[in-house]
Amino acid sequence: MGQTLLQIEDLHTQFFTSRGVVRAVDGVSLHIDAGETLGVVGESGCGKTITALSVLRLVPEPGKITSGRILFRGRDVTKMEDEEIRDFRGSDVAMIFQDPMTSLNPVTKVGFQIEEAMTAHNRFSASLAKTRVVELLKRVRVPAAETRVKDYPHQFSGGMRQRAMIAMGLANEPSLLIADEPTTALDVTVQAQIIQLMKQLNRELGTAMMLITHNMALVASLCQRVVVMYAGRIVEEGPVEQIFRSPQHPYTWSLLRSVPRVDEARKDRLVSIRGLPPDLTNPPPGCKFHPRCPFVVDRCRVEEPSLGEVALNQVARCWVLMRNVKEEDVAAAKASALSIEAAQKLKADAEAAAAEVDSVAGS
Amino acid sequence: MSVTAGAPFRRGAPSFLSWIPTGRGTTLTIYIVKRLLWMIPVLFFVIVITFVLMHLAPGSPWDREGRQLSPQVVENLNIKYGLDKPLWQQFVIYVWGVIHFDFGDSLRQPGQHVSDLILVSWPYTFTLGAVTFILLVPIGIGLGVIAALRQNSLVDYTALGLATAAASTPNFVVGIFLIIIFALGMNKLTGGTFYFPTGGMPSPFNPFQVELIMPVITLGALPTAYIARLTRSSTLDTLRQDFVRTAWAKGLKARLVVVRHVLKNSLIPVVTALGPTFAFLITGSFITETLFSIPGIGRTFVSSIAARDYTVILGTTILFALLIALVNLVVDVLYVFIDPRVRLTE
Repeated sequence: MGQTLLQIEDLHTQFFTSRGVVRAVDGVSLHIDAGETLGVVGESGCGKTITALSVLRLVPEPGKITSGRILFRGRDVTKMEDEEIRDFRGSDVAMIFQDPMTSLNPVTKVGFQIEEAMTAHNRFSASLAKTRVVELLKRVRVPAAETRVKDYPHQFSGGMRQRAMIAMGLANEPSLLIADEPTTALDVTVQAQIIQLMKQLNRELGTAMMLITHNMALVASLCQRVVVMYAGRIVEEGPVEQIFRSPQHPYTWSLLRSVPRVDEARKDRLVSIRGLPPDLTNPPPGCKFHPRCPFVVDRCRVEEPSLGEVALNQVARCWVLMRNVKEEDVAAAKASALSIEAAQKLKADAEAAAAEVDSVAGS
Repeated sequence: MSVTAGAPFRRGAPSFLSWIPTGRGTTLTIYIVKRLLWMIPVLFFVIVITFVLMHLAPGSPWDREGRQLSPQVVENLNIKYGLDKPLWQQFVIYVWGVIHFDFGDSLRQPGQHVSDLILVSWPYTFTLGAVTFILLVPIGIGLGVIAALRQNSLVDYTALGLATAAASTPNFVVGIFLIIIFALGMNKLTGGTFYFPTGGMPSPFNPFQVELIMPVITLGALPTAYIARLTRSSTLDTLRQDFVRTAWAKGLKARLVVVRHVLKNSLIPVVTALGPTFAFLITGSFITETLFSIPGIGRTFVSSIAARDYTVILGTTILFALLIALVNLVVDVLYVFIDPRVRLTE
């Protein structure tokens, strides 16, 4: 275990909308050690990205960090002055965004966009920054980097743009790189290349990484530790193998069951988690997951559990825990889950109904 | 097969131009030449349409209010100006003249060449339009950018309110109010100290004359408001883009984020809109020119239509068409320099 690099303590980030206060991040505490790779997983809208943006204090309007501390090497990010936070962004902690197609400025040369990430801080001189651009592009395996620096983003493919984004993130040799779904917008073969690249860079440079994703395969191949988030809260946390082998929170279990696997015979049905994540302006009482949980008990509906140690280094926020669930209940949960065919039929029915409504409304 | 420098076949350039070295500049030159040549058919069709519409409209240049000219006089005038010939012959004669830069004589101002009329009146209009444009660009864009950067602040609401008021007040109202307040009211109150003269422009070429102030405001209020609103919405749109978040995440200083990443993108549609705005301003406004007694081309154009002064109508229409085509060409060429995604196709 290295020293702690980033320590988030009881972070609350809320959005003050006309519909009410959205508790996007609701009491999250986590830490990342130097050189470590932490996976943060969960469905869309569970607060992963907002947690990451909070670390850089880039939460969009009308969002605000309302309480909690974010300590980076002992300095509290939430209390930094404007100039201090500006110099912190990109040099201590860099971030790679989800969609490389829209994350680069279309009217500025790619090389210059990487160069200005360096000239914004004092770590490299202006002339060194210029020469480093080619080096960085080479490091992220952009072919013909010497000529590519003069290209504009529209002359790059999606995979190349994401490589350029990674090069930009690494430009100042940050101690922590936050990657927000870095492969979601890419096709599968390019995804594999980018994962390979990130793995290699993590090994070569020792940069700690916070990987935000809903892709379990990505977590398995890149991360040492994983945090599972649901409705703005951490529901389970532990070492990757342990979580994959014996998830204790039903949500983690469902997430893992919802991953299609090529290497396993299809004896089990693919579980899709029923329903939608809760409305964060008005979350359900008790455990936030109870309306969708297949193993719900009475206590879940009224009282929210706290994060409790369930195994060595593994914590979960649940009254039931998967190890206490009976075999037949697990089987029933699997059986009650929708098969792919059933899900498709349901979708087709819904579309037919919608078409009917349209035709009635149109006549 | 070997690759030789200056290969005989290059895409785009016609073979008779193959001696010209390749490069971005050459592509641009060829593009501009092509676009200029394209203006010839465009102008031809403008003449055709104007000619037909003009002769379809009832009335003739010889109609008078009150006492009419005698039929014998009308016949003689028709013979003198060639209006007795069949329409197609008149058309051929006119186009033949245009090719030789002869736009004919005015029918209602005997002895005046159309080209002379234009050369006398257009400088007034051009000076007024150009001064308006030079003030409009920084004011419109500046207000729009400030309003967007301080969205929902007092500055934003003030700028937006001003722009909405300017955009929804007709220019004859603006002009008349300016005259009442600054020319008449101020004159009485201060005994002439703040008097703004309204009676025409002594010099068509002087952009710094005090007589320009009120016509410039009257003419420029609406287009400035339009540019300010366009700039504001385009900048707000760009501020929400992912690449702007990337720029913040890099740790760039706020000024660099705004200039390099926001404005460089958000001003592209504004430049597009500035082209037609400039064309609109330098082709003159009948209302502004009439209100302030400016002998400009906008007035010449409208009164020539009312008087069925066929040659003046055609002459001014050709000038306007040419100006609009040129301005559009300039905007298209500017695009190459401000947006790298735009490539000229030949």
